Amino acid sequence: MLRLESVTKRYPTGDMALRDIDLTVPQGQVMALIGPSGAGKSTLIRCINRLVEPTAGEIWLGDQEITRLSARSLRHMRRRIGMIFQEYALVERLTVMENVLSGQLGYVNFWQSWFRRFPQPIVDEAFRLLHRVGLPDFPDKRADALSGGQRQRVGIARALLQNPELLLVDEPTASLDPKTARQIMRLITELAHERGLAVIINIHDVPLAQQFAQRIVGLRAGEIVYDGPPDGLISEVLTDIYGEEDWSTAAEDDNAAATLPTAIEAR
Amino acid sequence: MTQASPSRRWSPPPLIRNPFQRWALILGAIVYLLLAISTLRIDVARIIQGLDRGSRMFAGFLQPDFVSRWTDIQAGILESLTMTVVATVIGVAISIPIGFGAARNVAPLPIYLFCRAWVALARTFQEVIIAILFVVMMGFGPLAGVLTLSFTTIGFLAKLLAEDIEEIDPSQVEAIRATGASWLQVMTYGVLPQVMPRLVGLTVYRFDINLRESAVVGLVGAGGIGSTLQTAFGRYEFDTAGAILLIIIGLVMVTEIASGVIRKQLQ
Repeated sequence: MLRLESVTKRYPTGDMALRDIDLTVPQGQVMALIGPSGAGKSTLIRCINRLVEPTAGEIWLGDQEITRLSARSLRHMRRRIGMIFQEYALVERLTVMENVLSGQLGYVNFWQSWFRRFPQPIVDEAFRLLHRVGLPDFPDKRADALSGGQRQRVGIARALLQNPELLLVDEPTASLDPKTARQIMRLITELAHERGLAVIINIHDVPLAQQFAQRIVGLRAGEIVYDGPPDGLISEVLTDIYGEEDWSTAAEDDNAAATLPTAIEAR
Repeated sequence: MTQASPSRRWSPPPLIRNPFQRWALILGAIVYLLLAISTLRIDVARIIQGLDRGSRMFAGFLQPDFVSRWTDIQAGILESLTMTVVATVIGVAISIPIGFGAARNVAPLPIYLFCRAWVALARTFQEVIIAILFVVMMGFGPLAGVLTLSFTTIGFLAKLLAEDIEEIDPSQVEAIRATGASWLQVMTYGVLPQVMPRLVGLTVYRFDINLRESAVVGLVGAGGIGSTLQTAFGRYEFDTAGAILLIIIGLVMVTEIASGVIRKQLQ
């Protein structure tokens, strides 16, 4: 359903963020994109809805090619692609409801959005979505009054109100505690399955990616170095993606930290 | 901590490192100051005369006469208030589009340069000079005053609004763009809520400034209470002038307190 063909991005500074990326994501698949900071994960998903303009290559969503669309067709295309952000990216001074309804901006005209006169079926759907993500009680609260987990739920509702075919998710759990992070990942993947959406999730947390994604793609320095099932992420593969590290003790960080002071004293 | 090393003296490094340069600058400044004072031709007789006139004026202020020219004063105050309200509304209405256009992060380069040029032009000259220009163009009276204040409001408000827009959180704007919103919708949903408190605060503050300036521009014939004051001085009616000054002080204090209260409420 989504197909990238030799997508390349070179920033004006000369940095090659993406080199010849070929990638296909079928409908209904939840794909996690992992890799070190600066590997090009954010650039890759922003190229898909052209928040970042790719330098070369083709991107197909269904039977439409995205990189050559005019400004107007691009706006229509963006309605089909929902996006969920790191740090939520809610408009802080708008209410929860206004934030959710902004998912429909691509469908209503300027005056409808200016006077907040969204069609009633859309408002009904917004209330349904708020209920579904677990925030039925305060549509009129300002977004900056919510906790991190609650804000990300609003972000999810906003993306889903677009009625998208594809979800781009950029580090959804980066600033959440481990429990909330799992709840948010579960919510995103559940909703994606309910609606049969294709999902690309950028994520740093490898165990979380393994638990919730059906497919993992590893990116290093703008190139795909791993593409396979979650349980294929063995030490050698992680070393290939992130560089040399003792992966077997990744879960035993506490022990490692406990031995550290002794090591310093020994010097 | 093995041996007591000899204590090392420390003084802050001088602003200008080269001692010759430093002393040359200081001596040069003193010589210039002495020469400048010697050219002023300070005339003791004139100072005494001025003090005498000043004391008569001050005596007039101590016995302000609100009554004998009350109708003129009243008309002047009303005219000043009208000028202030009209000029603030017109000025703010023009400032908002120019302010958005003068923000580099939301406006394309040609529009940015055009709007920045307008802001620079409106800020180049002091109110009184612009007032003289408009009085020459439009003739004496409040029209020239309104035009002056509207014009200077643009320089002030558009510049500060543009600076605030340049400091907004870009991720909120990106999130709105990602929904497929049009440019105007991105501005009203992504940008405007972020700058709204500042915009309202600046408007109230500018109202306050415009009221004060309306008295100043009146002195060069641009209408309002300033014109009444000018007439009173012209007739050597220092008691009436004193009354007018007291009224101006009172009005400015009232608006200043009001604008302070309103701006505090916004935060």
